[in-house]
Amino acid sequence: MKEVLREGRMEKQLELIIESLLFAADKPLRVRDIQGCLPDTGLPEIEEALETLRHEYDTMDRSFALKEVAEGYQIRTKPDYAPHVLRMTKRSAARLSTAAMETLAIIAYKQPMIRHEIEQFRGVDTGGILRTLLEKNLIRIMGRKHLPGRPLIYGTTRKFLEVFDLHSLESLPKLKEIKEFGIGEAQATQTYENETQAKSTVQEDAVKTKTEGTDSES
Amino acid sequence: MDYKVKLEMFEGPLDLLLHLIHKNEVDIFDIPISSITDQYLDYLELMKSLEMSIAGDFLVMASTLIHIKSRMLLPGRNEGDEEEDPRLEITRPLLEYMQLKEMAQELSEREILGRDVFARGDATSFDEYPDMAPKPDVTLFQLIDAFRRVVSLGEDPGNLTVSLEKWSVKDKVESIIALLREKPDIFFEEIFAGNQDISELVVTFLALLELIHMGLIKVFQPSQQSRIRLSACFDEGSP
Repeated sequence: MKEVLREGRMEKQLELIIESLLFAADKPLRVRDIQGCLPDTGLPEIEEALETLRHEYDTMDRSFALKEVAEGYQIRTKPDYAPHVLRMTKRSAARLSTAAMETLAIIAYKQPMIRHEIEQFRGVDTGGILRTLLEKNLIRIMGRKHLPGRPLIYGTTRKFLEVFDLHSLESLPKLKEIKEFGIGEAQATQTYENETQAKSTVQEDAVKTKTEGTDSES
Repeated sequence: MDYKVKLEMFEGPLDLLLHLIHKNEVDIFDIPISSITDQYLDYLELMKSLEMSIAGDFLVMASTLIHIKSRMLLPGRNEGDEEEDPRLEITRPLLEYMQLKEMAQELSEREILGRDVFARGDATSFDEYPDMAPKPDVTLFQLIDAFRRVVSLGEDPGNLTVSLEKWSVKDKVESIIALLREKPDIFFEEIFAGNQDISELVVTFLALLELIHMGLIKVFQPSQQSRIRLSACFDEGSP
C-alpha cells in the first residue's frame, strides 16, 4: 500500500519536473531533450508523463494546451485568447499574402522543388516570394539540382512545422479530392495521378542530388 | 503622368482563367475554348487600356489559348480519337492550381503560431505588410467586372483611349478618402458618382486599386451575387 502511494508520488513528481521544463523552455522540447535533464528516467516514462500532462491541461479547461509540434512538445495559448495576447505583445498577427501562402504550400507538399517547378504550378514569377519565405525562415535551400544553371532546391524548415502546428511533414493535412466540377471527375483523378507520378519521379532526382548539392552551396 | 498599377500583388493568368470558368459556369473538363479565349483576350485588352503592366505570363497563357483554339479547329481530330484533347494543356495546370489553392487553404486554417496561438519566447512575426490592412476579399478580376459594368455605356472597353491629364490618380485617391471619411462603408459604384467621362472613370478605378494596394480600403462582396462594397481602413487618423 505504502509502495503504491510512493510510486504515485514519484510519478506526480516527474510530471511536475517536466512541466517546469516545458514552462521555462522557449522552443518545443523533444523527448530526448527532456531525458537529457532527467538522466535516470526512461523514454516511455517521460512520454507517459507528457500524455498525463496533456490530458490534465485539457480537463482543467485552461487558456493553454500542451501541443506536439516539430517533433517536440510545447505549451501554447489557445486561439480564443489571440486578440489579447497580440495586444500585450504589441504585434500584428503573423500573416502571409495569398501568393506567399500558395508558394509555401507547394513547397511543403511537393518538396524538394526548384523555382521553375514552383512557377509552373502558380503560373507567375515567385522570386520575390521565395526571398520573403527564406527571410522568415519558413523555407530553406536544400542544395542545387544537376540541371543547367544548377538551380537551387527548396524545402521547408523546422520553423515551418512549428508555425503551422505540425508534428512532422507526414502530419500535413491530407488533400480532399476536387469534386467541384462533378462531371469528368474520374478522368480528373486519373490525369492528376499521372501528373503526380511524373512529378514524384522528378522529386526523386532532386533528393538524389540533394546531398552532393549541399556541399557546393556557398 | 505615367502611371502603372503593379499587378504582382494580385493574381496571375491561372487566376484569370479560373475566374472565367467560374463566371461562365462551365465544366473544367469541357472548356468552351473559343469563347474563353476571347474573354481572356478581352480582359488583357482592358487591363492594357487601364495602363496596368501585364506580366509576360499573361501573354504566354494567351498564346497557349490561341494555340489550343487553332488545334481544336484542325480537321481530322476525331479520326483516331487516340490523340489527346488539346485542351488538356490548360486543364492539367488548372487542376493542379486548384489543388494548390486547396493546400494553401488547408495550411492557413491551421492554428498558426503568432496568429492564433502563442508560445513563450517565440517572436514569430512574419507579417508581410506590417502596415497593411486586411487583404481584399474580392479578386482583381471581380473588380474589373464591376468596373466594366460601371463603364458599360455601350462602348467597347477595348478601344477606349485614356488621357490621364485632366485627372490625376493622386487627386482621386484623395477624393475617395474624403468620401470614405464621410461614410465609412459604401458601394463600389458610389466612388464613380459624378464622373464625367471614361477617362475620369478609369482614373478613379486606378485610384481605387492603389488604395487597396496601400491597404487603406477593404473590399468585400458579402455573396457572389451582391454588389461589391468598400470600407475605410484608416481610422487611426493617418493619411
